[in-house]
Amino acid sequence: MISYQIKENPEVYDAVVVGSGAGGGMAGYVLAQAGLKVLMLEAGPFFDPAKDTMQLRWPWESPRRGAGTVRPFGDFDAAYGGWELDGEPYSRAAGTEFEWFRARMLGGRTNHWGRISLRMGPDDFKPKDGVTDPWPITYDELKPYYDRVDRMIGIYGTVEGIPNEPDGIFLKPPKPRLNELYIRRAAQKAGVPVIAGRGSVLTEALPGVEGRGTCFYCGQCGRACRVYGDFSSSSCLVIPAMKTGNLKVIDNAMVREVLTDSEGLATGVSYVNTKDLQEYTVRGKVVILGASACESARLLLNSRSAAHPGGLGNSSGLVGRYLHDSTGASAGGILPQLLDRKRYNEDGVGSVHIYSPWWADNAKLKFPRGYHIEYGGGMHMPSYGFLDWVPGANHLVPGKDGQQREQGGYGVSLKEDYRRFYGARVGMAGRGTALARYDNYCEIDPSRVDKYGIPVLRFHYKWANEEVEQAKHMQETFQEILHEMGAIGVSPMPGPETKYGLEAPGKIIHEGGTTRMGDDPKKSVLNKWSQSHDCRNVFVVDAGPFVQQGDKNLTWTILALSMRTAEYILEQRNKLNI
Amino acid sequence: MNRRDSLKALGLAAAGGALLLDGCRPGTQGKNEAPASAEKLPGVQDWEHARNVKLDAEPFFTEHEMATLGVLADIILPADEVSGSATDAGVPAFIEFMVKDIPAYQTPMRGGLKWLDVQCQRQYGSVFKDCTDSQQLELVDQIAYPAKAKPEMGQGVAFFSLMRNLTASGFFTSEIGVKDIGYVGNRPGVWDGVPQDVLEEHGFKNAWGG
Repeated sequence: MISYQIKENPEVYDAVVVGSGAGGGMAGYVLAQAGLKVLMLEAGPFFDPAKDTMQLRWPWESPRRGAGTVRPFGDFDAAYGGWELDGEPYSRAAGTEFEWFRARMLGGRTNHWGRISLRMGPDDFKPKDGVTDPWPITYDELKPYYDRVDRMIGIYGTVEGIPNEPDGIFLKPPKPRLNELYIRRAAQKAGVPVIAGRGSVLTEALPGVEGRGTCFYCGQCGRACRVYGDFSSSSCLVIPAMKTGNLKVIDNAMVREVLTDSEGLATGVSYVNTKDLQEYTVRGKVVILGASACESARLLLNSRSAAHPGGLGNSSGLVGRYLHDSTGASAGGILPQLLDRKRYNEDGVGSVHIYSPWWADNAKLKFPRGYHIEYGGGMHMPSYGFLDWVPGANHLVPGKDGQQREQGGYGVSLKEDYRRFYGARVGMAGRGTALARYDNYCEIDPSRVDKYGIPVLRFHYKWANEEVEQAKHMQETFQEILHEMGAIGVSPMPGPETKYGLEAPGKIIHEGGTTRMGDDPKKSVLNKWSQSHDCRNVFVVDAGPFVQQGDKNLTWTILALSMRTAEYILEQRNKLNI
Repeated sequence: MNRRDSLKALGLAAAGGALLLDGCRPGTQGKNEAPASAEKLPGVQDWEHARNVKLDAEPFFTEHEMATLGVLADIILPADEVSGSATDAGVPAFIEFMVKDIPAYQTPMRGGLKWLDVQCQRQYGSVFKDCTDSQQLELVDQIAYPAKAKPEMGQGVAFFSLMRNLTASGFFTSEIGVKDIGYVGNRPGVWDGVPQDVLEEHGFKNAWGG
C-alpha cells in the first residue's frame, strides 16, 4: 500500500540538479569537481553505456530486426523514450502542432544524439539583420568555454576560417565515404560548400583525458559507446562526477516542483519515485534545472507560491514563450555510379563525415538566416525495411544483361536487384534556423495531468512564412545537388501543400528558448548567467536560456553555457551572494 | 586510452577477426533467429522484454496461413548459388512476429492471403499452396509488377508489395542474408577513407575527393 506521507531528506545539498543530460551533466560535473555536494535527480533509470549499450549487436538479435515499433529510432538505438510516453501526455492547441521527444534515462538525449557539434557564431549571438533579439552575451564571451569543452570532451573537424561557423580545437576528422565524395563534388558544382564534419567522437586520444577509449569505427554512436569513445553526458560527465564522491544520482525521480520559502528563494525540490510512487523532498542551497527546455519550463510553471503566483521565475510571463526547434527537410535518390559496389567496411564514425555550413547571401533570399546540410548513405548494417525502396526503383536502370526491367518482381532476379542496389542510395537533410517567436509557446494545460498527477504542457506552435520559404530553398538545393551527381529515382520536389516537406515543429529535437536569457527582467526569464531574474538561487542549464539558436545543433552551446553558469555559481558562492 | 585499450575494454584485444565474429554471432539459423523469448539482452528494458515475450507466445497465423507464407516467401526470395531461401532464413516466423508487433499489418496480411486463395480457387480450382508451381507463378506474375498489373488486381498488388518488403526485411537481416548482401562492418577496425582501388575505379584522386 502506498503511504502518502512525504519522505523528507534533511540533508542540505550545495546544489540540486534536475536532469542528467548535457546541461545537467556539465553543471553537476563542474560543481562536483569543485568539491560541492551535489544531488542529481533523473526521471528515468540509471544507464551506463559500458554495460547497457546495444553496440555491435547484429540485426537478428532483435525480434523486429531493429524496427522502430518500441523505440522510435529502432530497437538498437540508445534512447529510452520517444515522442509519446505511456502516462505522460502533452496536448496541442487547436490548429497548431508540436512533437515532443523525451528521453527518460541517465544522460537523457545525449545517449542517442547525432554527436554533431557546431558552435554558434558571432552573428548568431548578435544578429546583424535585427530579425530576432540579440543575446545578452557575445560569441567572444562564450568562446573560452567552447574551447574548454573541445579540450575536455573532444571533437573532430577541420579549421576552415568561416566567419559565422567558428573553428574549434579539433581532432582529426574521419575521411569521407564513397557516396560522400560524389556528394561533395556535385554540391560544389551546385555552389554549395562541403567541409569535414564536426562531431564529438574521439578519432584519436584526447590529451589529459583518462578512462575513455578512442573510436574503433563501428558507426554506432547512437547505440551509446561501450568504450566512451564519443560524448554522452553519462559517460563523460555524470559517471566521472560520481567518482569524485561529491555527486549523488537518484534515478527514477520525476521532479514535481521547485520548493521555495516565504521570501521566494528556492529551498529544494519535491519528486515522485516513478517505481513505487512514494513522494520525497530534498533540500539544496541552489537548484539547477537541466530537465530539457520544455520540462524545465513546465517545472517552473508548476512551482507556484505566494511569492511566485504565476510560476517560479515567471514575473515576465515569458516562461514557455519563444519556443523554437530547428527546421528540417530532406530528399534522396539513387546513384547509378554506386550500383554493384565493391563491398568493404565503411561504417566510419556515428556522426557526420561531411556537412555543408550555410553559404548563401540572405540579401538575395526571401527568408532570414539559413541552414546546414547533413548527408547520408552507404553500405549500412542491414535493418528492418532497409531495402524497401528497391522494388520501386529496379526498373530505372537496365539489368546486368542490358535488358530493361519491369518495376517490382520476384525470384532470383529480384534477389540480384537487392544486392545490386544495396549501398547506392544517398540522402540529405537540412537543419535550419526557425525563428524564436513570442506566439510559439508551451503553457500548463488547464485540465490535464500525467500519471503522477503533475499538470502537463499544452503546445502552441505554427510555422511561419520564413520557415516555409527556407524549406523550399532547401528542397531546390537538394534537387540541384542530386541532379549534378546524376541521381535517379530522386524523391519528388514537395510542394506548398506540405510546406515543401518541412517537418513538424519538434521533430528535429532541437527545442529551446522557453526560459530565454536577457538583461531586462521584463523581457527575459534569466539573466546572462542563466540565473533567474526573480529567484537568485535558481538556474537553468538546458536549451531554455537560448534567445535564438542558429542553424547549429544545440548541444555544444548547452555544454559551454552550462560550464559558464556552474563557474558563476562557484564564484557567487565565494562572494556569499547565493 | 588508445585504440588498443578500446579493444581491450571490449574484451576483444586477443581475438582475431574470425573469433571476434563468432563472439558476436549467436549460431542460430532456421527459424526467426532471435526468438523474442530469448534471454533479455543488457540495455533492453524489462517492459520491452516482457512485450517481446508476450508477442512471441501468441500465435497469429493459422497453420494454413503459415504454410502459404512459406511458399510465397520462397517464390520471392528462392535459394540461388549465393545463399539459401527465405524459409531457410526463418522469414515466415519473422513475418508472424512483425504482424503482432505492428497490428496495422494484421488485416492486410490475413486478408491478402485470403484474397490470394480466393483468386487461385477461381482461376485454378484450388488454394494457392495446393496449386502447381506454374499456376502459383502465373498468379504471382499478375500481382508482382505494379506498373503492368490489371486494375482489378490492385488489392493483390498491394498485398504482394507488403509481403515482398517483409520477406526482404526478414531475409537480409538474418545471418545468411547479411552475408549475402555483403555487409562486412559491425566489427572494430580503422576507417581510413575509401580504399585506393575504389577511388581509382570511381575517378577520385585521393581520399578527400581531389
